Amino acid sequence: MSTEIDRQWTTRLRKTVVEKLPPDKLLPDTQPAYVASWIYVFGVTTLAALAIVILTGCVLAMKGPLWWHLSGTGHFVNSLHLWSVEIFFFAMVIHLWGKYFMAAWRGGRQLTWVTGVVLFLTSVGAGFTGYVSQTNYDSQWISTQAKDGINATGGGAIFNVLNLGQMLMWHIVLLPLAAVALTAVHVIYVRIKGVVPPFEEVK
Amino acid sequence: MGLTGLLGAVFNLDHVGKYIHWGFIQLSVSNAIVIGLMIVTFISALFLPFPGRRNRKEGK
Ligand code: HEM
Repeated sequence: MSTEIDRQWTTRLRKTVVEKLPPDKLLPDTQPAYVASWIYVFGVTTLAALAIVILTGCVLAMKGPLWWHLSGTGHFVNSLHLWSVEIFFFAMVIHLWGKYFMAAWRGGRQLTWVTGVVLFLTSVGAGFTGYVSQTNYDSQWISTQAKDGINATGGGAIFNVLNLGQMLMWHIVLLPLAAVALTAVHVIYVRIKGVVPPFEEVK
Repeated sequence: MGLTGLLGAVFNLDHVGKYIHWGFIQLSVSNAIVIGLMIVTFISALFLPFPGRRNRKEGK
């Protein structure tokens, strides 16, 4: 018998969430033995690098281009931002290779893989819009080269790489929002399903 | 000489970028080095022992 309380959306949502992801599954005490391998470290490395990228990006946003071009501290934070991105991609691709060779989409984990694929594409977009938002000769060169490629696809009508305002907004608003949201979904899927067992364990 | 100056003395970057051409594949030497490092890191991650593994109970 369902009471009025049971039918409330807050009650239903809470029940679904707690059932799908109980707190001890969200933040577990132990992991299966096969997780004790370096190959499982690259997801968290990617996550940590992303955190630094966002943090340094916020500092750059607060201070603005003159600061990151002209001051020593500005150069330093700019470099932290760039090199964290390098580590981010480095770790993400090794993470991707690892998950590919262990077919980590097995056992109903396809959405973890698919959110990963979309994250990869989102990150490439974020990297690209970052390069064209530098406001230096580099970014001028990159955007004038890229415009021909994008215009050849017809995409230039809605995504104009020579429009600095638009590129900066994509870089500092839309793509970071998408990356952080997708990362949250990605990691929550891993927690719901648990880490995929190696092939030997399944047979 | 600052850190950048020191690094600049080791790596002379004041020249046109070097590229590898292999059929339709064309990539800079810098990118090839990074890809090489990624492959090395990947293989090391598979074979290097993970610290603390022995102390863990089997099957736990
Ligand atoms: C922003 C980029 C990414 C972040 C922060 C991230 C983070 C993580 C973390 C923390 C884990 C759990 C720990 C681990 O197994 O390493 C994980 C698992 C996983 N990742 Fe990613 N990841 C990213 C991109 C990708 C990409 C590009 C793919 C593949 C296209 C991918 C596929 C997977 C899969 C399939 C799993 C699940 C493994 C399992 O269920 O056992 N991830 N990710």
